[in-house]
Amino acid sequence: MKILVCISHVPDTTSKINFTDGDTKFDTSGVQFVINPNDEFGLTRAMWFKEKQGATVHVINVGGAETEPTLRKALAIGADEAIRINTPAVDGFSVAKQLAHVVKEGGYDLVIAGRESIDYNGGMVPGMLAKLTGNNFVNTCIGLEIDGEKATAIREIDGGKETLKTSLPLVIGGQKGIVEESDLRIPNMRGIMQARTKPLTVKEPIESNPETATVGFEKPAPKGQVKLVDSVDELINLLHNEAKVI
Amino acid sequence: MSVLVYTESEERKIKKIALEAVSYAKAIADQMGTTVTAVCINADNTSELGKYGASKVLEVSNDKLAKFNGEAYADLIAQAAKKEGAKIVVMTSSANSKFLAPTLAVDLNAGFVPNVVGLPESTSPLKVKHSVFTNKAFAYTEFKTDISIIGLGKNSFGVKENETSITSEAFSPNLDSHDFDMEIVSVDKATDQVTIADAEIVVSGGRGLKGPENWGIIEDLAKTLGAATACSKPVSDMGWRPHSEHVGQTGKPVAANLYIAIGISGAIQHLAGINASKVKVVINNDPEAPFFKAADYGMVGDAFEIVPKLTEKLKEFKAQNN
Repeated sequence: MKILVCISHVPDTTSKINFTDGDTKFDTSGVQFVINPNDEFGLTRAMWFKEKQGATVHVINVGGAETEPTLRKALAIGADEAIRINTPAVDGFSVAKQLAHVVKEGGYDLVIAGRESIDYNGGMVPGMLAKLTGNNFVNTCIGLEIDGEKATAIREIDGGKETLKTSLPLVIGGQKGIVEESDLRIPNMRGIMQARTKPLTVKEPIESNPETATVGFEKPAPKGQVKLVDSVDELINLLHNEAKVI
Repeated sequence: MSVLVYTESEERKIKKIALEAVSYAKAIADQMGTTVTAVCINADNTSELGKYGASKVLEVSNDKLAKFNGEAYADLIAQAAKKEGAKIVVMTSSANSKFLAPTLAVDLNAGFVPNVVGLPESTSPLKVKHSVFTNKAFAYTEFKTDISIIGLGKNSFGVKENETSITSEAFSPNLDSHDFDMEIVSVDKATDQVTIADAEIVVSGGRGLKGPENWGIIEDLAKTLGAATACSKPVSDMGWRPHSEHVGQTGKPVAANLYIAIGISGAIQHLAGINASKVKVVINNDPEAPFFKAADYGMVGDAFEIVPKLTEKLKEFKAQNN
């Protein structure tokens, strides 16, 4: 089985979010970048398939050279090869088009992407990628078993879960639950050393025009002071008469 | 050239978020001098959509579509959009809409922006404000395509009545066999509980509850308020509560009218997940808990004393006010 795991290079979840250039660009100063958490769950599931059922695992990212440490981390966790498509990730649709080109050329059986990236929260890349490649698609995937060409997937739905049977090739949008948090791996020294010698191929992008353009950013208005209360009666009164939510 | 809106339903009942989407579509249609067409799949009482501004409803009645099917639903909405000459398609940001909107975007070669939080800043070019960085910021994005898909964030516009004369039309899209490549084996859904996605009020517990055996006080409060229950990340990591209740940056986002956090200190990742909620209440015995800085109302004290008392008082309040 040949697996491709899509890796977004995102600010660490503890990052404070600021903008520069007249609020038109994300301020990267002092920000640590990591593998998108939803992608990390997917990568860990891919490693499980590699170790238990035999699979080759490639990782891919659309972005500039600054994303390579994130791809190297994925290699240190155990991926076999990395691909970087050398173009900035401008919008979800154009990222999906770049990825679809590689998926079609590479003949992957399974493509795992995170449900969404924690920076732009678009959540559109996995679904668009599936449609562009004609592969089956399962989003918000919290369980995946593969038996030959057949796949059984569990998908989280509002208020529950749904079990689906489908076939490869398949694209999934994975999230927490596809593996447990405790199964996530920290690269060890051997993995880090091996990652240095694993192939990281830089591919030039196909021609594609973005469908959307983000032209500015804004931070939420500052929060007022909390109103501390001493009794539940007072709280109920405020929620009813002031906030009008009960 | 109308604004098309996909109105989600469950067990033939149109969902409240769909009414919000219709209200929003009507406001955009008014900005653009056009009308709203709704697409309903296996739903009853579709004429009520006229109350919120739809002037036409395309009614799909098809047993094969009784369960949600991302591929088929996207195919169907794409055909409806082409038939109506829609330039804008409005969807919600529910799990199902997020499943099918990207597929629809490819079908229509349309730009897609989810988590939109208000009316467009401009209509030519169409420019919308949407939440990014898990509600830590907003972005302004312009569409460059002929057709645009807007995913409206929950509770970001509100349900607004706007009585319009409505006509309905049966709509039978051509669905191909590829639309049914996936077989739903089972659906496991708690029908008697309010889900986080639908809830107006969410009651959430953290490590301060000390163990899963103490969750009764959270559930009692939630039941009294007709609320959904939720939890912080450590609580779901320890297996006290299911992953599906984990609220935060890597869990579920919550855009409720009221979010009550009990025994949750307020890590930056948790706060990001609940930022879109309107009113936040914090109950915590640590007055230094960072959550108090993000809250509207707070009580410092022992949750095991405060929460049962709050539940009892709310029951009395409900009895008097209903």
